Amino acid sequence: MMQIKPILAALKRHKAGTILIALQIALTLAIVCNALFIIQQRVDRLSRPTGMIETDLMAIQNRWVGIDDEATAPLVKADIQILRSLPGVEDAVSTNSFPLRGGGWSMGVRLNPTAKKPITQTTLYFVDDHALPTMGAKLIAGRNFRADEVVTIDPKVFESSPVVIITKALADKVFPDGSALGKQIYITEGAPSSTVIGIVERLQVPWNGNFANKFEGNSTLLPIQLSGNFSAYLIRSKPGQLASVLKAAPAALFKANRMRVIPSERGVRTYADVREQAYKSDRGMAILMGIICVVLLAITAAGIVGLTSFWVGQRRKQIGVRRALGATKHDILSYFLTENLLIGIGGVVVGAMLAVGMNLWLMQQFEMARLSPVYVIAGVIVLLLLGQGAVLAPAMRAARVSPVEATRSV
Amino acid sequence: MFGYYLDLALRSLRRNKMLTALMVLAIALGIGACMTTFTVLHVLSGDPLPDKSARLFYPQVDPLDMDGYEAGKEPERQVTWIDGMNLLKAKRGERQALMTGGAVPVQPTQSSMDPFFSDARYTTADFFPMFETPFLYGHGWSEAEDDGKARVAVISRSLNDKLFDGKDSTNQILRMKDTAFRVIGVLDNWRPNPHFYDLNMGQYSVAEDVFLPLATSRDLNLARNGSRNCWGKGGGNDDEHLEVATCVWLQFWVQLQSADKAADYRTFLDNYSKEQKALGRFERPSNVRLSNLMEWLDVNKVVPSDVRLQSWLALGFLMVCLVNTVGLMLAKFLRRSGELGVRRALGASRREVFMQLLVEAGVIGLAGGVGGVLLAYLGLWLVRLQPADYASLAHLDLPMLLITFVLAITASLLSGLLPAWRACQITPALQLKSQ
Repeated sequence: MMQIKPILAALKRHKAGTILIALQIALTLAIVCNALFIIQQRVDRLSRPTGMIETDLMAIQNRWVGIDDEATAPLVKADIQILRSLPGVEDAVSTNSFPLRGGGWSMGVRLNPTAKKPITQTTLYFVDDHALPTMGAKLIAGRNFRADEVVTIDPKVFESSPVVIITKALADKVFPDGSALGKQIYITEGAPSSTVIGIVERLQVPWNGNFANKFEGNSTLLPIQLSGNFSAYLIRSKPGQLASVLKAAPAALFKANRMRVIPSERGVRTYADVREQAYKSDRGMAILMGIICVVLLAITAAGIVGLTSFWVGQRRKQIGVRRALGATKHDILSYFLTENLLIGIGGVVVGAMLAVGMNLWLMQQFEMARLSPVYVIAGVIVLLLLGQGAVLAPAMRAARVSPVEATRSV
Repeated sequence: MFGYYLDLALRSLRRNKMLTALMVLAIALGIGACMTTFTVLHVLSGDPLPDKSARLFYPQVDPLDMDGYEAGKEPERQVTWIDGMNLLKAKRGERQALMTGGAVPVQPTQSSMDPFFSDARYTTADFFPMFETPFLYGHGWSEAEDDGKARVAVISRSLNDKLFDGKDSTNQILRMKDTAFRVIGVLDNWRPNPHFYDLNMGQYSVAEDVFLPLATSRDLNLARNGSRNCWGKGGGNDDEHLEVATCVWLQFWVQLQSADKAADYRTFLDNYSKEQKALGRFERPSNVRLSNLMEWLDVNKVVPSDVRLQSWLALGFLMVCLVNTVGLMLAKFLRRSGELGVRRALGASRREVFMQLLVEAGVIGLAGGVGGVLLAYLGLWLVRLQPADYASLAHLDLPMLLITFVLAITASLLSGLLPAWRACQITPALQLKSQ
C-alpha cells in the first residue's frame, strides 16, 4: 500500500494510456451490467410456469372448411370422442385457446355489473370438465365442472356462464381477502353473474407480450363449448407416448372427417414446441446479450494485457534499477497489480455511474425495469478481477526482469 | 510517399502480429456487430413505396363516446364501417380505399389438393392503383364491382403458381367458402415492407394471397382478421352485424396530390367530425389526424424495440472496441519512439511522421473493415435464421456495404489520430540520446 504514491506519480506520466484503460473498463461495465440485466429479465420471463404439466402434452389447431359455423358443435364433439379413445391418449379437451398460444379472448372482470371500469382483465378459456385433468392444472379449492354443466353456445350471443373456475391470481385480485370461492363475478358488463366454483393454483393467459404482463395469471375457465369455424384441441398422452399420439391424432381426425384444415405450420405441436416458439425472440435476445458480454470482456482483457505489456517493456530499465536497489520480485508484481487496481477502481466508479445512467435511458426508451444494484456490484467485481487476471502475465514478466538490466546500456 | 508509408506500415504490422491481430479483430467485431444491427434497422425502417409515400395519407377521426375522454389523446387507429363508407363515398381524395384483413377457405378443384386457408384482404377498387400493385395478368376491379358485390378475386403470384401452375388464370373459377369467384387479376411478386396498409396483421408479414371486394366479403360473411375495438353497446362478438356496431375495425387510406390538398382534406375531416357530432353520432369534440405513410409508421412504432435496443448496444460495443484500439495503437506507436526519433533526426517533418502513422492506422481500419463485412454477412445469416417475420428481409445492400467500409476506415483513422499525434510530439534529440 505504501507504493500508491509512486504509482500515481508514474501514472501521471502515462495519462493517455491510463485514461483509455479506465474508459474502456467504464464502458464495458456499463454495457455488461445492462446486458446481464436484460438477460435476467428475459430468462425470468421465459421460465414463468404456465400452471400446466407440460410434459406429455400437445396441441392441435383445427379449422372447418365448407361447414356452417353453427353446425360445427357435433363435429367437435365427435373429434374429442375420437381423441379420447385413441390408444396412448390420457385425456383431451377442445378449447378456444391455451397458454402461450398467442391469440385468445379477454374480458374485464367486475363485482358491480354496471361499473364503468372493470377491476382487472381476464382471459376466457371455453372448455369442459376434462380441461383440468388434460392441462394438469392444480385445483386448490372448490370443484371441477360437472359434465351436465357443459353447454354449447354461439360466440355471437355469448354473455356469461352460471359457473366459472378462476385462477388464484385472479381470485386474489378481485377478492383480496381470499374469499373468492362461492362468490359472484361479472365477466360481461350488464350480463348475468357467474359463481366461482373452483380456484386453480395457476394458469397463464395465451399472450406473452409486454401488454399482458399486468394480467398474465388471470384466467377464467367456463364450461362452454363455442361453436364456430375454429377450435384448438389440447391432448395429454399417457406417459412417454407423446411421439406416437403426435402422429396418430391428426391422422385419426382426418380419417373421421376431411372437411378441415390443420395448418402445416403450427397445426400440430407438442407443448414443448409451443413454449419454444412463444419465447424464441426472448431467448434469442438473451443469447445475443450473453455473447456481447463475453466478447466485450475478452476485448477489454486483451486491451489491458496489450497496454500493460507495453508499459512493462518501456520500464524494464526502471524495474531493473528497483530490483538492484533491493526490491523483491513480489514488490514488482504487486506494483503492477496495484497500478491496475487503481486504474480499475477509477474505471468502475465512472462505469457504475454510466451503467445507472444507461439504465435510466433504457427505461425511458424501452420500458425496462430499474437496474438492481446487485448487477452493478457484480459487474464491478467481475471487471476488477478481470483486470487483475489480465495484468498478471505482463506483471510476472516484469517481476522476472533481472537486476542486471539496470547496468545495461546506461 | 504514400507507397513508402504503406511499406513501413506493413513492416510494422508484421513485426507484432499478435497486437495487429488484436486491433484488427476488435475493429472487425465492432463493425460487424454494428453493421448487422444497422442493416436490420435500415431494412425495417425503409419506405415501402418510396415514389409515393409522401402522397398517401391515413386519416383518423374520433368516434368514441365520452367514456375515458381525454382532450388531445390520439384517436382510434381504425375507422367504423359508417365513417369508412362516408369517407370513401365522399371521394375527397384523388384515390381512396377502405379495407380489412381476413382469411378465406380455398377449395381447390384438383382432388389431389386439400382445402386450405389463405390470408385475404377485403378492400375497394382503388387499392390496386393507389398502392401501385404490379399485375402479372389481368387487372383489379372497378367501383361497379364493389357496388355490385361481384364475386371476383385478385390473387397473388404464389397462389396462382399453386392452383393454376403459374398460367394466366384470369376468368378461371376459384372456389372459396363454397362460392365460385372469377379470377380477374394475378399480382406479380409484391411485398411492401412494412405491411404498412394494415399493421395489425404482423408488421412485416407478406402481402395477402387473395384480394376480394369488401362488400362481397360482407355479403358472404367471410371471416375477418385483425384488430377490432368496440365501445358502448359494442356488439363486437357478432361479426355479421359489424356494419352497425360501435366498433372500429377498418383501415382507410387516401391519396392526396399536394400539401394544399392535404390541408384541405384535414379541414374536410374536421368538418366531417363536427357534422357527425351535430347529428349525434359522435360525442367527442372534433379530434382528427392525417398522417402520411412514413409518419403513420412512426406513430405505430413499427420498428421492433428489440431491434432498436440491439442497434444501440452494438454502437456501445463498437465504442469499446475503438477505445481499445486507440489504447493499443498508442502503446504501439510510443514503443517505436526510437525509430521515429531517428526518422525525425534524418529530416522527416512532424507532418510526415504523423502521415506515416495515420497510414498505418488506415491499413488496420481497412483490414478491420473487410473482417467487419464478413462478420456482418455471418451476423445477417444468423438473423435470417430467426423466426421473426422480418428475418428474411435482412440482406446487406450496396449502400450499406459502402457505409461499412467508410465507417471502418473513419473509425480507425479517428482512433489513430490521438496516438499518432502523441507519437510525433517526441523530441528527436531526447530519443537519440537515450538509445
